[in-house]
Amino acid sequence: MSTLISLTDRMLGYPGFAARCKALLHTLLQEVAVPLFGICCFLMVWSLAARHIQTSLGTFPGPAAVMEQAQNLVVEYKEEKQKAADFYTRQAERTAEKLAADPNYVVKVRSYTGKATFPQQIVTSLVTVLSGFAVALVLALPIGIAIGLNQTMNSMFNPLIQIFKPVSPLAWLPLVTLVVSAVYTSEDPAFSKSFINSMLTVALCSLWPMVINTAVGVASIPQDWVNVSRVLRLSWFNHVRKIVLPAAVPMIFTGMRLSLGVAWMVLIAAEMLAQNPGLGKFVWDEFQNGSSNSLGRIMVAVLTIGLIGFLLDRTMLQLQRWLSWDKASASR
Amino acid sequence: MLVRSIRVAVTAFALVVSAVSSAQDIGKPEKDQLKLGFIKLTDMAPLAIAYEKGYFEDEGLYVTLEAQANWKVLLDGVIEGRLDGAHMLAGQPIAATIGYGTPAKIITPFSMDLNGNAITVSNQVWMEMKKNLKMGADGKPLHPISAAALKPVIEAYAAKGKPFNMAMVFPVSTHNYELRYWLAAGGVNPGFYDPPHGETLGQKGAQAFLSVTPPPQMPATLEAGTIFGYSVGEPWNQQAVFKGIGVPVITDYEIWKNNPEKVFGLTEDFAKKNPNTVLHLTRALIRAAMWLDADNDAHRPEAVKILSQPNYVGADPEVIRNSMTGTFEYEKGDKRPVPDFNVFFRYKATYPYASDAVWYLTQMRRWGQISDDKPDSWYAETAAKVYRADIYAAAAKSLIAKGLAKASDFPDFVTETGYRPPVKEFIDGMEYDGHKPNAYINGFAIGLKSGQKP
Repeated sequence: MSTLISLTDRMLGYPGFAARCKALLHTLLQEVAVPLFGICCFLMVWSLAARHIQTSLGTFPGPAAVMEQAQNLVVEYKEEKQKAADFYTRQAERTAEKLAADPNYVVKVRSYTGKATFPQQIVTSLVTVLSGFAVALVLALPIGIAIGLNQTMNSMFNPLIQIFKPVSPLAWLPLVTLVVSAVYTSEDPAFSKSFINSMLTVALCSLWPMVINTAVGVASIPQDWVNVSRVLRLSWFNHVRKIVLPAAVPMIFTGMRLSLGVAWMVLIAAEMLAQNPGLGKFVWDEFQNGSSNSLGRIMVAVLTIGLIGFLLDRTMLQLQRWLSWDKASASR
Repeated sequence: MLVRSIRVAVTAFALVVSAVSSAQDIGKPEKDQLKLGFIKLTDMAPLAIAYEKGYFEDEGLYVTLEAQANWKVLLDGVIEGRLDGAHMLAGQPIAATIGYGTPAKIITPFSMDLNGNAITVSNQVWMEMKKNLKMGADGKPLHPISAAALKPVIEAYAAKGKPFNMAMVFPVSTHNYELRYWLAAGGVNPGFYDPPHGETLGQKGAQAFLSVTPPPQMPATLEAGTIFGYSVGEPWNQQAVFKGIGVPVITDYEIWKNNPEKVFGLTEDFAKKNPNTVLHLTRALIRAAMWLDADNDAHRPEAVKILSQPNYVGADPEVIRNSMTGTFEYEKGDKRPVPDFNVFFRYKATYPYASDAVWYLTQMRRWGQISDDKPDSWYAETAAKVYRADIYAAAAKSLIAKGLAKASDFPDFVTETGYRPPVKEFIDGMEYDGHKPNAYINGFAIGLKSGQKP
């Protein structure tokens, strides 16, 4: 083989060219062709298997049926947009009539009252998961740093963290729901209760990986760096800002990535139960509909959930690459 | 082309109506952005129609309709104010008002429909039941099927030590009382409630064990073998036939001809704060109900199309069509006409008769949900608190005044007492007179009588 390469090199009069071509080919094969092949295999197995699964709602949807439902969802989205436009036209007509009848009529524009479309449900889910994640982040960072810096705090909180970490969102949700409806009472709430319920559940479940990783990151700062801080006589605040945080950033980001993954998984379950109008509710409503299209539509949601989860993870990874000094940690 | 011209006509009509409805008779709604809840059942149709046909908008209301996970979530939503009103089981406002379950003052100005439920059993139970049935000349079972045919099956299960489980949709649901009525009429004891002693499942002394399952999950639960039969609204009985997992044995029309079913419920507090909104809502719902039954059900195919949208009932149109257009499929292929299976307006279906509320109260007493004896006057007072015919009358009169409805479609509001004349059209031939609830309760072979405790 190597003789062949050196031979072609010599023949081309361009040493290393063939080797580079080979490397390129290898990369193409590894990173494009093989994954594509994998996906094709999956699609084939899926469509073959689907034909043999008979459910009470008909045959399990194969790739073609799911594609068709995805297109239906796009059509429905366009129809709903048209309906919304008609709604505003009608409203404008009514307002004009009222103004003609009563010049002092105070004009109020009412937002469209129709159903949520699939893209809107995706947006709702994203907003909910990111809000829940943000709440968790705000809580987890200070707790993690405090625990990481102080052995006593660590001994105090560690058992609690270990106990709460494995709790399922389905267990938290009834408690969250009841507490929210008792505490969050306002005549004209800015956020709907279903949103608050799902958001808090997501926060409660995604808190723990961030706390643990932050604490570990903070606790494992090299002693040399701590010494530097001592020599410079940095105040506690500056010590945290200049030494601890930068040193712990790779671990913090690892925790954040884990947490966001957990948050996204938890969200779908929380939305199903809290009836927050996102992807979870979409799946639940379709399950309840039990029409011959339901399974296909649920599959569309499953693939969408997977794709978005993947994109969220990649985004976090990219953020980590930009913000972290330890580039090696980001490739894990 | 035809569709478009109809659409144009509808829009033009809506414009004319909106011009008319801006007349200063009721006054502007105090709250015009509303969220109303519903459960995925065909009898939510008046809400969907009022929305899709623009009746809510004609009344100056901007309504969002939201499907709810189950009856408990829906009721809590109304009580805590997450929902402004909802499609409810007739028993829900009554039970909440007398403090059974979550206590709250809930009223209804509008009754949503008559009939619309059925009882379905699994294929296996049906095969065993069929041996005990009388067949007609055409080889098909004679209807109505009595629970007496089910009794030997249940006894066989009991002999094997297997509990015979059945599901209904909520403890105070029409479906619960209908299933119990049918079972008891066939000599099967469905068990008693005894809340003071912690028996809230209603299984004390039961031969058939009833429990709660949300309507849309009924077919899946039957298929899983957790239950052997259920009582539910449409389309979930026809769904069982389509899926080939069960057989509907009797419709509630055959248990009690033209029985009152769902109501539109909201809190008394909301109605006090927003009297105009409630009148406007009632008007929109009356018009939707009129549309649904107009011209001898001519609009039903269009209603089926609307209801099959995923955001409303969402089941396949073929499944919804069966019951909505007056045929009902029992055993696969055994289609029979039941023209009045879903009644939304005719027979004065939307008027909130106090005697209907009293009937529900009698069943609550019969099965122990009300633990103590109550005088006849208590039944009448409770019914009057919950069933607000006064609101209905005001809304209907304003529709008549505007020429949007005919006076002959409604009861004569001057003479109407809110009590239907005594009816005898039950499967067991009992006579019900809303003025004499205690006498009625004492007439049942199975059930608590005056002075009895469960």
